[in-house]
Amino acid sequence: MGYITDRKNHRIVIPAIAIFLGFLVGSIIMLLTGENPIALFTSLGRGVLGINLGNIGTSRSFFNPRYPGEFVVFAMPIILTGLSVSFAFRTGLFNIGAEGQLLVGAFASVAVGILVDGPNFIILLLMILAGILAGGIWGFIPGYLKAKFNVHEVVVTIMLNYTALFLTNYFLVELPGSTNSKTVELESGLTFQSEFLSDLTNSSRLHWGFIVVILAALSFWFIINKTTFGFELKAVGHNPFAAKYAGMKVELNSALSMAIAGAYAGLAGTLIVMGTFGYGRVLSSFENYGFDGIAVALVGGTSALGSVLAGFLFGALKAAQPIMQSSGVPRDIAIIISSMIVLFVAMQNGIKIVLEKMKGAK
Amino acid sequence: MEYVVEMLNITKEFPGIKANDNVTLQVKKGEVHALLGENGAGKSTLMSVLFGLYRPEEGKIKIKGEEVEISNPNVANDLGIGMVHQHFQLVENFTVTENIILGQEPKKSFGRIDIEKAAEKVKKISDQYGLKVDPHAKIEDITVGMQQRVEILKMLYRNAEILIFDEPTAVLTPQEIIELMGIMKDLIHEGKSVILITHKLKEIKAVADRCTVLRRGKHIGTIDVEGTTEEEMAEMMVGREVSFEVEKEPADPKDVVLKLENLCADNKRKLPAIKNLNLEVHAGEILCVAGIDGNGQKELIEVITGLEQTTSGKIIFNGKEIQGLSIRERTLLGIGHIPEDRHKHGLVLDFTIEQNLALQTYFMEPYSKNGIINPEAIREHSERLIKEFDVRSGKGSTTKARSMSGGNQQKAIIAREVERSPKLLIAAQPTRGLDVGAIEYIHERLVEERDKGRAVLLMSLEMEEVLNVSDRIAVIYEGEIVGIVDADKTNENEIGLMMSGSKKGMNN
Repeated sequence: MGYITDRKNHRIVIPAIAIFLGFLVGSIIMLLTGENPIALFTSLGRGVLGINLGNIGTSRSFFNPRYPGEFVVFAMPIILTGLSVSFAFRTGLFNIGAEGQLLVGAFASVAVGILVDGPNFIILLLMILAGILAGGIWGFIPGYLKAKFNVHEVVVTIMLNYTALFLTNYFLVELPGSTNSKTVELESGLTFQSEFLSDLTNSSRLHWGFIVVILAALSFWFIINKTTFGFELKAVGHNPFAAKYAGMKVELNSALSMAIAGAYAGLAGTLIVMGTFGYGRVLSSFENYGFDGIAVALVGGTSALGSVLAGFLFGALKAAQPIMQSSGVPRDIAIIISSMIVLFVAMQNGIKIVLEKMKGAK
Repeated sequence: MEYVVEMLNITKEFPGIKANDNVTLQVKKGEVHALLGENGAGKSTLMSVLFGLYRPEEGKIKIKGEEVEISNPNVANDLGIGMVHQHFQLVENFTVTENIILGQEPKKSFGRIDIEKAAEKVKKISDQYGLKVDPHAKIEDITVGMQQRVEILKMLYRNAEILIFDEPTAVLTPQEIIELMGIMKDLIHEGKSVILITHKLKEIKAVADRCTVLRRGKHIGTIDVEGTTEEEMAEMMVGREVSFEVEKEPADPKDVVLKLENLCADNKRKLPAIKNLNLEVHAGEILCVAGIDGNGQKELIEVITGLEQTTSGKIIFNGKEIQGLSIRERTLLGIGHIPEDRHKHGLVLDFTIEQNLALQTYFMEPYSKNGIINPEAIREHSERLIKEFDVRSGKGSTTKARSMSGGNQQKAIIAREVERSPKLLIAAQPTRGLDVGAIEYIHERLVEERDKGRAVLLMSLEMEEVLNVSDRIAVIYEGEIVGIVDADKTNENEIGLMMSGSKKGMNN
């Protein structure tokens, strides 16, 4: 009890309570609609761990490593968009544009992969760099407009999401060999896909991109906590006036912060193209990686480790959806739970008040 | 005489500290009762208990002789307790009347607000107490002093009998302070009772009948103001003898460190705030820019430190023109700045002390190398300053600045600025909102810097500080220096007249 009410532990306790309440509400809704809430948890267990409790004791295998593999595939891009939103937030900026940054990153990577010739290793690196750079530029635009003309970044990033969607769709079909719905497949040497990882996980889409994700999270932690640049970003985020007083370049830092946030989202696009699919896709609408990123950042408390953990949580809820549907539970329950968790995290001040009351009552 | 408010043996504990330890406060009907104590003495906690924001662990509260349970602020309002907060709770783009009726709008048919009726009532109350408030004026268009009166009107409109003023003079000009004192006296003549939270002894002497003194959560005593001197009250408050006089040797001014030549600058609204200003500050002296708030002193500090740009003229620092340089370049040249608003400019409140102490030096060795922060060096630097400047806090270097008292926050800023040993130290209202003990400390530090041969440019609105601390006084009026006088050859009267623009300084 003391641990829960101690203000020091709020950073961990509040998301934990929010997650618990999210699942509680989800379970209650299932009960009310005549479903068995246990199905939710078995679906999650199957989606995350690959363990099918129903198969225990039968002749069929109860463990299928394909599910954990797919779970990680679901989690990776939203960890990156989560890092993107978190990074901007550290400088006091709301990056609603991770979706668009992701799309231009995906396009840049696939375009380089299709158009540029050279040794595979070099092209592979160029593709990653192109994704980072394109996302970075897409993030720099609202950052620059904010710094130079004080245009609110939320408006610009939302608009740039649409711009990115339709612009990349237009150019994707212009790439040599593209159909109306996708580009040609990337050469096998130009993707993160791996037979080894796929075999290991019963032919899931698991790919080497997880190394990229780990490096991205480490770079986030390093920049924010270890560098003078991170020190400036945090100062600007907490109090731009004091940062200016101390001689920091507030505007420049805002623009750079948005650019780096964009780079993380762009990298998520690279990961989807080079890892999950192996080709570029023409999309009819957003896939909400950017919005998931906002949820991840919120639940993860805008830290690197928090984003990784929250990314896995939301990845799990995504991975569980098809399984829930196949076992007759509406997949919307998983979406409700995700939304509820975000809602409860957003209500953290209320949770704090309850915790304080509990403390006072003792 | 009956007591209108009685708080008997109140104890309120927070984890680790007793914010109120067996405190008793008894307010008579029709008196101004001052609640005196340093920052952190427990004044705000006690008032929060009375206002229903906290529940005390022990003790009881009686209003007009009847024991009451104040469980939330609505109960307090119903009992006729009203509070004028230090930070006004007003909607800027609403009119006076709209603000006053907010939450209790009188209605006419179809649920429309009867603004005329409300305005009439506001006018009536305003006239009754001589508040002279225009019910139809917008809050953003009226002065801070007027806004405070709107807060008072809000209480009166809601039939408050007991009015709590939380450090009401902190935001007022000397003239407005005098007017506020008059209003308080009118209030008690009309049968209201006033609790005045403050740490300014002058005000207590001027307006209060009795005074309850708190120190570190404990009730030190309740005294009749008339029979007690300021020195005695200060001693009760701080727990030791306090000197109001700043002890210092005569100044020994040397070379000119800062020279302003025909300086012009605009304010935020792009109107001229500083007009052809000329000024020299020498090494080894404290020069004070004195004036009524809003006469350009804020803009003057901002252009010297680089927060804002000049429109014309020169700022010459040690023989070098600096008006085009960035803030960082000026900092590195040796300008230290204790900013007027320590929460806005001086500190990143969510940073720890050690981070705040490295706010301008984090990019230099040994605090970082090649862009990588060296946490050990930052910690070491912070530990040293905390010890040297006696910065007190819960967890030392890792305490969040937000959780420190105002006095210790200011000490941390002074530590940071003085430690860089700047050739010019600019201190803008360095003691604003601080208690006697902290003020004494800060004045000593400023004199110490002067004696080390630094130039000190002080900006102050407190007459006492202006006269006691400085060596020379430059009076600013409507963006111009109207006269420069030696502090030991002038008096409050002369300065006051100059501040109002009606007299030029004689000696220079």
